[in-house]
Amino acid sequence: MNTFLIEAGWVNLAYVAASVMFVLGLKGMAHPRTAVRGNLISAWGMLLAVVVTLLAEGLSYTWIIVGALIGALAGAVAALRVKMTQMPEMVALFNGFGGLASVLVAGTAFMITREPDVRMTVATGLSGLVGAVTFTGSLVAWGKLAGVVPGRQLGFRGMRAFNALLGLGVLGCVAWLTADPSSTAAYWIIVPASFVLGVTLTIPIGGADMPVVIALLNSYSGVAAAATGFVLMNNVLIIAGSLVGASGIILSQIMCKAMNRSLSHVLFGSLGPGADGPSADQVYGGKVKAAGPEEVAMLFDTARRVLIVPGYGLAVSQAQHVVRDLSNLLEARGITVEFGIHPVAGRMPGHMNVLLAEADIPYDKLKEMDEVNSEISQVDVCLVIGANDVVNPSARTDPQSPIAGMPIIDADRAQTVVVVKRSLSPGFAGIPNPLFAADNCLLMFGDGKKALVELVAAIKEG
Amino acid sequence: MDALVAAITVFVLAIFVGFEIITKIPPTLHTPLMSGSNAISGITLIGAVVSTRADNDALATALAVAAVAFAMINVVGGYLVTHRMLGMFKRKG
Repeated sequence: MNTFLIEAGWVNLAYVAASVMFVLGLKGMAHPRTAVRGNLISAWGMLLAVVVTLLAEGLSYTWIIVGALIGALAGAVAALRVKMTQMPEMVALFNGFGGLASVLVAGTAFMITREPDVRMTVATGLSGLVGAVTFTGSLVAWGKLAGVVPGRQLGFRGMRAFNALLGLGVLGCVAWLTADPSSTAAYWIIVPASFVLGVTLTIPIGGADMPVVIALLNSYSGVAAAATGFVLMNNVLIIAGSLVGASGIILSQIMCKAMNRSLSHVLFGSLGPGADGPSADQVYGGKVKAAGPEEVAMLFDTARRVLIVPGYGLAVSQAQHVVRDLSNLLEARGITVEFGIHPVAGRMPGHMNVLLAEADIPYDKLKEMDEVNSEISQVDVCLVIGANDVVNPSARTDPQSPIAGMPIIDADRAQTVVVVKRSLSPGFAGIPNPLFAADNCLLMFGDGKKALVELVAAIKEG
Repeated sequence: MDALVAAITVFVLAIFVGFEIITKIPPTLHTPLMSGSNAISGITLIGAVVSTRADNDALATALAVAAVAFAMINVVGGYLVTHRMLGMFKRKG
């Protein structure tokens, strides 16, 4: 416990105020209108908590300023320069840094505490474990998202047994610390072992599951902060850490539900090749109708209601700005345009919404899956751009399909469907999509951005 | 022991508060929620600051300064990028 230049009670009261501000800040996120203010309240809470902490006695202000300047500069540069398509990579990296910071704080606290008790050593061990797993796990997730590490499932024979042994070993070290609080050496076994564990737990998870993994690592970074709170017996760390921990868990649950998979299946199961499913030739054979931009443009002559379903392919081809032009053009002709966003469209929760918001598409046009599905039969033209599995009707119709039961956007129930896609190659799930062969579906082959530019030109001419 | 039980009480109640608030956040804002909660988990900065003591040896100082820097990346980067992103969300017209 630290002594402060002012009475410790005031410091703790300031921590309570900061905690309340974090809660209010998150509450503000309930609506885009209040979210900016919420984020600012949360930031002021952080400032308050840090300022009162600087009143602790015996601090080395020089070193604090050195560290703070380096961190602030790196954080600001990253935050101002990152492209919105790269948000998942950046959040993954930041999660990792949060985890590493917890490892370092717990380690330092251990070194400077003269007589650690059991509470302290257990909390330190857990903080080291969770923080280290978060750090290397996040680096692997970042690598997969950035394309540095192959996105497919990687691993070696017996990796699960290896992980189990390593995990047990780490917990054994925590138990050792509990039995003998003076054995600080155990901490320096826990940390590197947990670094390895973070890698071997994340590397077998495939690219399509990254939204779940980022959300989960987000949660871990909060849990690590809360564990550090138990090391230092500091309530504001415990509260802030638990809020983040809860947030990440909820988001990963939402993502899992949107893929109709359980969390343990994402983490430990493998998707495997779609056994005995129909082959691409059986599904598509002679039934796929390709259409050029002029033909598609004619569809919009009589349309009154258009639904656009974007997928990650839209982000890859940077087509969000052309999509906005198309949407404005159609609206100028009196057509209602809405966007149907599947929860796992994009690479992280809510990613597609940010990309469309960046292109100045108003947020009240972005509709959730359930909302669009209930009225989809009244949609004249459903334009699917760079999405595949999330509009695959097999999820609804074929109980044998690997994606059976996954909630989808029922694009096939719209009057006409236009799919903009490079080729008939399968999505992450690796299965053919009967939607492309449906009677009411036209395929517009090509790069998302290029195809849409041609479409906009054709509509203007027509 | 009493202090520990009090801390556990705070921990458990805070998780419940977290669940209550977060479930009300719409999917549109899930990315800013993640970057914003990232910034909040930078609260470790406080732990890093109290660990940066004048009487630390060289190793402890190095670890503490690194902790301050990494936590600060989370805090500054997290709040800034969230602010930038939220500024993009606009209503019709």
